[in-house]
Amino acid sequence: MLWLRQVLAIAVKELLMILKDPKSRFVVIGPPLIQFVVFGYAATFDVTDVSCVVVDEDRSAESRDLLARFTGSGHFTEVARLDSLQGAAALVDAGRARMVLHVASDFAARLRAGRPAELQITADGRNSNVSGIALGYASTIVGQWSREIEAARAGARMASGLRPAPRVEIVQRAWFNPSLDSRWFVVSGLPAQIALVVVMLLTSLSVAREREHGTFDQMLVAPVDSAQILLGKALPSFALGLLDGLLLTGLAVVWFGVPMTGTLAALVAVLAVYACAILGVGLFVSSLATTMQQGLLGSFMVIMPSVLLSGFTTPIENMPLWLQRATIVNPARYAVAGCRAVLLEGADLVAVLRYLGPMAGMAALTLALAGWLFRHRTE
Amino acid sequence: MSAPRLPAGAGRLLGFLRKEALQVRRDPSSIALALVMPVVLILLFGYGVSLDAENIPVAVLLEDGSAAGRDLFGRLEGSRYFAPVQVTSADEAERLMAAHTVEAIVRVGSDFDGELGGVEPAPVQLVLRGVDSNRARLISGYMEGVVGLWSAGRAARGETASLPAASVAPRTWFNPSLRSTNFLVPGLVALVMTLTGTLLTALVVAREWERGTMEAILVTPLRPTEFLVAKIAPYYLLGMGGMVLAVALGVLLFDVPLRGSFFALFLMSSLFLLASLGLGLAISSTVRVQFVAAQVSLLSGFLPAFFLSGLLFDLGSTPLPVRLVSYIVPARYFVSASQTLFMAGDLWPVLWPDALALALMATLLIGLARRRTGARLEG
Repeated sequence: MLWLRQVLAIAVKELLMILKDPKSRFVVIGPPLIQFVVFGYAATFDVTDVSCVVVDEDRSAESRDLLARFTGSGHFTEVARLDSLQGAAALVDAGRARMVLHVASDFAARLRAGRPAELQITADGRNSNVSGIALGYASTIVGQWSREIEAARAGARMASGLRPAPRVEIVQRAWFNPSLDSRWFVVSGLPAQIALVVVMLLTSLSVAREREHGTFDQMLVAPVDSAQILLGKALPSFALGLLDGLLLTGLAVVWFGVPMTGTLAALVAVLAVYACAILGVGLFVSSLATTMQQGLLGSFMVIMPSVLLSGFTTPIENMPLWLQRATIVNPARYAVAGCRAVLLEGADLVAVLRYLGPMAGMAALTLALAGWLFRHRTE
Repeated sequence: MSAPRLPAGAGRLLGFLRKEALQVRRDPSSIALALVMPVVLILLFGYGVSLDAENIPVAVLLEDGSAAGRDLFGRLEGSRYFAPVQVTSADEAERLMAAHTVEAIVRVGSDFDGELGGVEPAPVQLVLRGVDSNRARLISGYMEGVVGLWSAGRAARGETASLPAASVAPRTWFNPSLRSTNFLVPGLVALVMTLTGTLLTALVVAREWERGTMEAILVTPLRPTEFLVAKIAPYYLLGMGGMVLAVALGVLLFDVPLRGSFFALFLMSSLFLLASLGLGLAISSTVRVQFVAAQVSLLSGFLPAFFLSGLLFDLGSTPLPVRLVSYIVPARYFVSASQTLFMAGDLWPVLWPDALALALMATLLIGLARRRTGARLEG
């Protein structure tokens, strides 16, 4: 009982140290909020307003109709209309246009003759992702248009008593995110990332700061054992990290309109176990570091790979196999997948067990290791 | 300044430069951040961050085992994008989807052969996991491509299928295979230089304040400008070293083309690094506390360089307020210049405006740092 009270006393002291200083206080609340809102808007894989140069050498009713579909779709904006391909390259080079839509002069003639007609599109590959997505949109628009023509042709053949040429079409449906809004994808993973940064920074500095300020010795002569010190230092970071994670997930739902299809208990469980796992890592770094600079750099060395290899922005499945295997020790991987499962896939406590297990294992391991190292380095 | 005082000034500067150089050399964590982080980052990005999907596991449900359906399955097996698994019931397919074993379901209906001969297009159903919307879109695009090719192949063999009336003939400049590494590595250089320029520099000066060693510098006859020069020079060298390392690894290890000249790369990197250094110095001389300096430099340097620079996410598709904010992010100009330098070459119409913007920012930020330092050193 006394043991617990002492832990609590240290935790309160740590919390006060963070909250008393107006600058530190701001750092715990302000940046996570700003990051969340700015990056929630900035981090999108959806492409709007792709700037296009239109070169229509055919000037037929067909080419006009097809090109009008592009500007009407909302994904493309026409920045220039040229008579020939000359000059189009310069616009792409200078970054004023990202695509050249070129209709050759025999487009309508080929269509009327029943031969395949092509819309030539040249994309700026400097941003391969935008080009890939924009080319996908373009294919969809042209495919749609093409099917209308094919349907008209089939009707004409039927009317003249002939069998129409067979056609195949893909009928598509997306689960969990029917409109394929990439903001849902990014925003649902963002709280876990921000909680990671907050908890890592707070814990990795907590011991190093005392070492640098010389107050660490006072702590050691206090009538408490090292487990109590460690726990006391861990509790405030845990509470703040969990609070940030829940707050931001709430914002994701309220502000960005991400659905919350799973249960709240599952969400709290994922974020809490996750916070424990990073706490262990943070305290481990903190025990190793002798200066705050080293603590910060150390936490940076952990944060960068954890974020990049978590599947937050780019899928883990795209990595080479050896690296995919390495990500199984990354707690952020499970937290991101867990948050997405709760928000988008309707997961409950049972469904997130597969994410909780590995994270709990990591938490146990890293906390034990941090405790051992802490005792080892202080004696 | 009179002539005889020049050597004294130069001597002061040299002495202080030497102190800074020694400080960097004797704290291994600075070197680690400046030279090890670029290597870690480039390996992480090169291997870990890819938007190109291959061997996507899909469940294929052939309800009647029709000849045409089996033919399509063979086509999927032959594609490098898909790794199809044949399933026997819709329940099994949905179970695999729920367990994340497959990422999409392709269903060919029980009367596919019959429908291929009909008037309406024969449907191929595609069910996607929309959680990662970007990937879902990619898969849908690949599937359109594979089914389109399959259909065209059947038409060429005179079997039942028709060519689409119109299609897209895509071509991509600068990065013909749309390889995402070619697009990510140039942006990564900005991230590497931000680490040294902003984060490390901010920490270093804030530490002088926090530890009280700034007092010692205050009482020397060192002028604020000399102080700034001595602070900038070693980190400029470290930052450029990191840049060279990142570029060399990108070109040698990941086969990223470098089509521009070294001179242009050197010029753009120098300007960007000076702007980053200016930001780092301005932050640290303003907040004077390492923990806060680290948070502020993360928030104003590192994260914008990642999210608001066009490094991964397309700025053209973000809402207007976010786009406006991105105009004051130095990394935005550098990433644009760097992507052009790597993939397109020395296109001066792109590079000049970026260079001007960076030069302006470098001047402003270093000027701000000079004012803040000056006010406190002399005041």
